[in-house]
Amino acid sequence: MVRERMSPSNLLLVLLVLTTAGYYLGRRRAFSVVKNDGGPRVLHSRPSYYGALTALWCAVPALVVFCFWLAFESRIITHIVVAALPEEMLTLSGGRLNLLVNDIKNLVEGNIVAGSISPALRAAADHYQELNAISHAALAVIVLVISIGAVLWIQRCISPGLRARNHVETLVKYILIACSTLAIFTTIGIVLSVLYEAIRFFKIVPIHQFLLGLEWSPQMAIRADQVGASGAFGVIPVFMGTLLISAIAMCVSVPVGLMSAIYLCEYADKRFRAVAKPLLEILAGIPTVVYGFFAALIVAPLIRNTGATLGLSVSSESALAAGLVMGIMIIPFVSSLSDDVINAVPQSLRDGALALGSTHSETICRVVLPAALPGIVGGVLLAVSRAIGETMIVVMAAGLSANLTLNPLKTVTTITVQIVTLLVGDQEFDSPKTLAAFALGLLLFVVTLVLNVVALVVVRKYREQYE
Amino acid sequence: MRLLKVSKMQTVMDKGGNGGPPMPLKKMRKELVPRKERATIGQFEVENPRMSCRNVDVYYNHGEKKAINNINLDIGRNEVIAMIGPSGCGKSTFLRCLNRMNDTIDGCRVTGTITIDNKNIYGKDVDVVPLRAQVGMVFQKPNPFPKSIYDNIAYGPKIHGLVQNRDETDGLVEQSLRRAGLWKEVKDRLDQPGTGLSGGQQQRLCIARTIAVNPEVILMDEPCSALDPIATAIIEDLIDELKQDYAIAIVTHSMQQASRVSQRTAYFHLGDLIEVGPTDQIFLNPLHQLTEDYITGRFG
Repeated sequence: MVRERMSPSNLLLVLLVLTTAGYYLGRRRAFSVVKNDGGPRVLHSRPSYYGALTALWCAVPALVVFCFWLAFESRIITHIVVAALPEEMLTLSGGRLNLLVNDIKNLVEGNIVAGSISPALRAAADHYQELNAISHAALAVIVLVISIGAVLWIQRCISPGLRARNHVETLVKYILIACSTLAIFTTIGIVLSVLYEAIRFFKIVPIHQFLLGLEWSPQMAIRADQVGASGAFGVIPVFMGTLLISAIAMCVSVPVGLMSAIYLCEYADKRFRAVAKPLLEILAGIPTVVYGFFAALIVAPLIRNTGATLGLSVSSESALAAGLVMGIMIIPFVSSLSDDVINAVPQSLRDGALALGSTHSETICRVVLPAALPGIVGGVLLAVSRAIGETMIVVMAAGLSANLTLNPLKTVTTITVQIVTLLVGDQEFDSPKTLAAFALGLLLFVVTLVLNVVALVVVRKYREQYE
Repeated sequence: MRLLKVSKMQTVMDKGGNGGPPMPLKKMRKELVPRKERATIGQFEVENPRMSCRNVDVYYNHGEKKAINNINLDIGRNEVIAMIGPSGCGKSTFLRCLNRMNDTIDGCRVTGTITIDNKNIYGKDVDVVPLRAQVGMVFQKPNPFPKSIYDNIAYGPKIHGLVQNRDETDGLVEQSLRRAGLWKEVKDRLDQPGTGLSGGQQQRLCIARTIAVNPEVILMDEPCSALDPIATAIIEDLIDELKQDYAIAIVTHSMQQASRVSQRTAYFHLGDLIEVGPTDQIFLNPLHQLTEDYITGRFG
């Protein structure tokens, strides 16, 4: 296997060196242009801006070409290689052809190939490799020409009147815009892909059946002769399970979190606060899978035993266990958001209330908390959307059977658990069972999105209040 | 020093020019107490005082910093007493001692005795909550609660149980707003947030809120420093009316304001009460060099 001298990674290094050189060249050029009439003061911008302009022009267009090239290279080469394959291979079905192409690629990369290597396959692999080398060489030439050309061109353009600072700032602004839109486009991309698969699902299972159905049993017969469920995709039991567990979690986390925030803000002395607040925030740093152990191995048996003592029948995986542990997980979230909001209530309001003869608790209950309430509500809504989206604890501690019940001692299942179970293991990607995961994901996304939007609106409204 | 002498001399000369023979300059030079003398001069006691402070010291930072030093001062019934002095001289600290608002500051300690109606407010058996209802306070920056105008006023009477039902509350809210001169402006929008009012209205709302719990003394900590001259004038008129029923202690940076609203003035300097006396006397004929320096604008 011959390694190319100008592999894409080497090319990037060269580009980096060129860019650095471009910076210094541009700067030096700026100095030398004005050396004999007035020095750097005559320049429109400071000399380093001329360097930065050169460097940016050297790097950015070349990088753009580089990225596009690599993005499309493999597809085009594969296309050419497939087109050149012998006749009998071309007549294969789509799936088999894909396998063949995979074999070729594996061969090129030196991986182990399934089955024996036919001469035709070997030839195709060589062909692929050859094309690849040509492509990389061409890329290197093009990128180097672009960047060196840009450096030379800017060198010629540099004059005292060149508004280098403005150009650089405009370019930087566009780079910033590109970075900020990246997140937006990623989100849109994820949503669209989920939406696409969900629509495929809704073609098989009608949307009203999904949203209003009261039974959830996604097992489908894969073969015709198999004894199995026909599959029922009513989301309500799953959704109710999610709501039940989230509600239990909020019942734990909101009072405890809020009260700990009140204590830390209003009563605790500085030393206690300095210790307690970081400790509370460590809770947020525990991986959720550890909470999962805790729920499944300690809390769930505890609840079952307690229930047995009291004469209640508690299933070993109860909504209560998952909800309690999830609530504990969310406590720092609620407490730290509430803490910020309560701290933001101006001291002058507390003084005003105290000066009217309020007790400390009256001041907190009737002035501080009402003033902080919108912010607290926003924080709680964010916590709810976190509870709804939480996966690991419920996977480990809540069950799999979708019972439509409000009894916290029974097993319930949640949307996230179902998504995990539907997608784990070998699946056909066109069966409704698999596609249902995307529909569930879409539902989850919509619910948390609505909650987040409401929370953000509430928080924003709160922010306008004191100014 | 020199400037003052010249200007005084000129005034004297002018007077002399208009009327009788020019007075000799020497007679104009009264004997002022020298700057290094820190003991309080002037009459700090009044007959039948509402509040009375003796040997009050305040320490901050757990005793590290002494903020005010051995203050003796009486506050009479139905009088407005103004406290003036440069920033950091301890006048706000002293004011906050009078309703124990300093209790909320970590590491603050007050010694000495402060009595209201002959009862020590720092006594062991005294609860600070009724005390603060008795001695109300208005702050520098208007601080209405983020509630409706109505609830801002009704809050105090409700927690103290001064009103039993909606009718009584309505009556008290109206009465308090009328006395604060705000009723006409807000009577149609009592349910709107108090924070939506203008600065001067907010400050009058805070005064209304304070008088709604029917205190005996009202403390005002630079109540007009965030307000424009018109709002200031309205509040000064209000203070003048309120002294019919309350004793008022006001901290101010504006000497004009002190001379307009108060009957007695106390001048603080670096934690000491330097001079206290009738307002006219303090401004026209101060006895202490430091007081004269301050009121003539040559604070040194």
